[in-house]
Amino acid sequence: MVAVQLNNLSKKYDKGKIVAVDSISFSVDKGELFGLIGPDGAGKTSIFRMLTTLLLPDGGSAVVDGYDAVKDYKAIRGRVGYMPGKFSLYQDLTVEENLNFFATVFGTTIRENYELVKDIYVQIEPFKTRRAGKLSGGMKQKLALCCALIHKPSVLFLDEPTTGVDAVSRKEFWEMLKRLKQQGITILVSTPYMDEATICDRIALIQSGKILSIDTPDAIVRSYEGSLFAIKSEGMYKLLNDLRSYENTLSCFAFGEYHHIAFRDKMKNYSEELLKYLENKGHKEVEMMPVIPTIEDCFIKLLKN
Amino acid sequence: MRTLLFLLQKEFLQIFRDKNLLRQILMAPIIQLMILPWAANYEVKNISLAIVDHDHSTYSQKLESKIFSSGYFKLADYCASFNDGYKLIEGDKADIVMEIPANFEKNLVRENKQKIFLAVNAINGVKALVGTGYLGNILNDYNGELRLQWVQPSKISPIPSIEITSMNWFNPGLNYKIFMVPGILVFLVTMLGSMMCALNIVREKEIGTIEQINVTPIKKHHFILGKLIPFWVIGIFVFTIGLTISRFVYGIIPVGSIGVLYVFLSIYMLAVLGLGLLISTYSDTQQQAMSLSFFFIMIFNLLSGLYTSVDSMPGWAQIITDLNPLRYFIEVMRMVVLKGSGFHDIQHQLIFVIIFAIVFNGWAILNYRKTT
Repeated sequence: MVAVQLNNLSKKYDKGKIVAVDSISFSVDKGELFGLIGPDGAGKTSIFRMLTTLLLPDGGSAVVDGYDAVKDYKAIRGRVGYMPGKFSLYQDLTVEENLNFFATVFGTTIRENYELVKDIYVQIEPFKTRRAGKLSGGMKQKLALCCALIHKPSVLFLDEPTTGVDAVSRKEFWEMLKRLKQQGITILVSTPYMDEATICDRIALIQSGKILSIDTPDAIVRSYEGSLFAIKSEGMYKLLNDLRSYENTLSCFAFGEYHHIAFRDKMKNYSEELLKYLENKGHKEVEMMPVIPTIEDCFIKLLKN
Repeated sequence: MRTLLFLLQKEFLQIFRDKNLLRQILMAPIIQLMILPWAANYEVKNISLAIVDHDHSTYSQKLESKIFSSGYFKLADYCASFNDGYKLIEGDKADIVMEIPANFEKNLVRENKQKIFLAVNAINGVKALVGTGYLGNILNDYNGELRLQWVQPSKISPIPSIEITSMNWFNPGLNYKIFMVPGILVFLVTMLGSMMCALNIVREKEIGTIEQINVTPIKKHHFILGKLIPFWVIGIFVFTIGLTISRFVYGIIPVGSIGVLYVFLSIYMLAVLGLGLLISTYSDTQQQAMSLSFFFIMIFNLLSGLYTSVDSMPGWAQIITDLNPLRYFIEVMRMVVLKGSGFHDIQHQLIFVIIFAIVFNGWAILNYRKTT
């Protein structure tokens, strides 16, 4: 069963000068946790806003839960949950009032769907008389997720839910998404953080409104051609510059305490040659080892092509 | 219907929680109605008069004491020459210089006529006009007294004269407050209604809550009604406070029916809120909404007949006032409160305000889109 289907969906801004979404097509199965991964300005929010009927597409079509996103927008509004990237609940209402309000406008009550939000809501329940504007970033996210879930949507759209949230809360948040998935809710989530991608069932890497690759995180990593090396030395900044000016380097970028480097010729082993090159440049204590690529490495490689 | 109820509940909860908004709703009309009517007074008093008396006779003394006993004038100074008096005008110490020529009394008795010179500072046009008017009346009166002294009374007066006595209807004491308070009250209700309604909706746009509302099944008319009804209630509440203040502070008891006022008010509020709604559909930030509503309120206010009579405006300006809802309500307020007009007398205004309500709201609803 397909929950969300996009056919050549396009959106242009500024009278067609800026193409935000460039005829994108993909589909998301029911009960899938699907990730849109891409940097800021890739078009993630525009896709979400079109799917949640907030934005009219300039071309193509989209079907959400069996309904057309333009013609049947009313039906879609009743059955999707949307959590925008910016916190947009009523800051002057309390946690409980917000949740109650969004439950009632969907014609339901907190009690009716309490099971669905229970895991999340118990964490913010101690603050239920606090105004939403006075909550911390992580708690705001949890409340927003509760409000998006309270009417038991069949598809949940989460636009950068973890941006601006601390590392622990981010981890917790993704744990919650996994549990929601088990309840059969289709989840579309966007994030600029590559490390979060591995948690999704399938991901779409997007850049400048175009899809670079769609697959499971594993398959995307496996499809990485050639070998990747991690390298470090005493002077990391000089090392980066020297590696980038090395003639056989395809790409090189800082990755934690190492630099990741890929070479132009996939098959050839440049290790020895490179080490000699670096020695000549005056680098000491050079350490180099092959590594398994991450999503981020794949993304950078796809961008280079 | 249930959705609307929840929206209203949320809206009132937010209004009652916003201390700043509550203060505005309660205090603004009270403070403004207590201060503005006292300031908006066209009666000109305390006109500074400099006198250049070259005569120093009984007659000139009599004239001067008559002028100052009127209560409208106060003495700036006695000057020796007109040039001295003119300096007082230049220094903003005097508004009018009155020069009484030498031999004023002698020539008046001998030649039966005499001239007095008035120099008026016309920077403040109203003060100059009214001041010379008063002085002219006093001089006329003085003239009449002199003639009565000289003419021997006979059985049939040889000089026929017409004396004009006027009577002021509806506002016998020509009390400006009775005239201004109802008008200012209308202005307040208009400002509160249109501005607050516009700002409230735009705030939802600014914070982003409208996004969240838009993905719910809430219908367009529910959302709009949910915004209009609370401010409609607030408008009627503020109007009631205003009527109470004008009753107990200014002693203004409407001659006509209060029911007529409230019926007109409830339709008028729809027009004003429609304007606020319209403004909100054209603005993305509260700042834009604020400047846009200020623009309209300024024009509405100055072309409303609140301060200056619509009839004395040039023809093209009068046409603009036809498009001003504020004007109609001020007219109705004055008609009902001062004259006791009923529905039959205000039907022209009522029809116009109904048209405004339909046009503003219709336009706003057409322009308001849940999808972009």
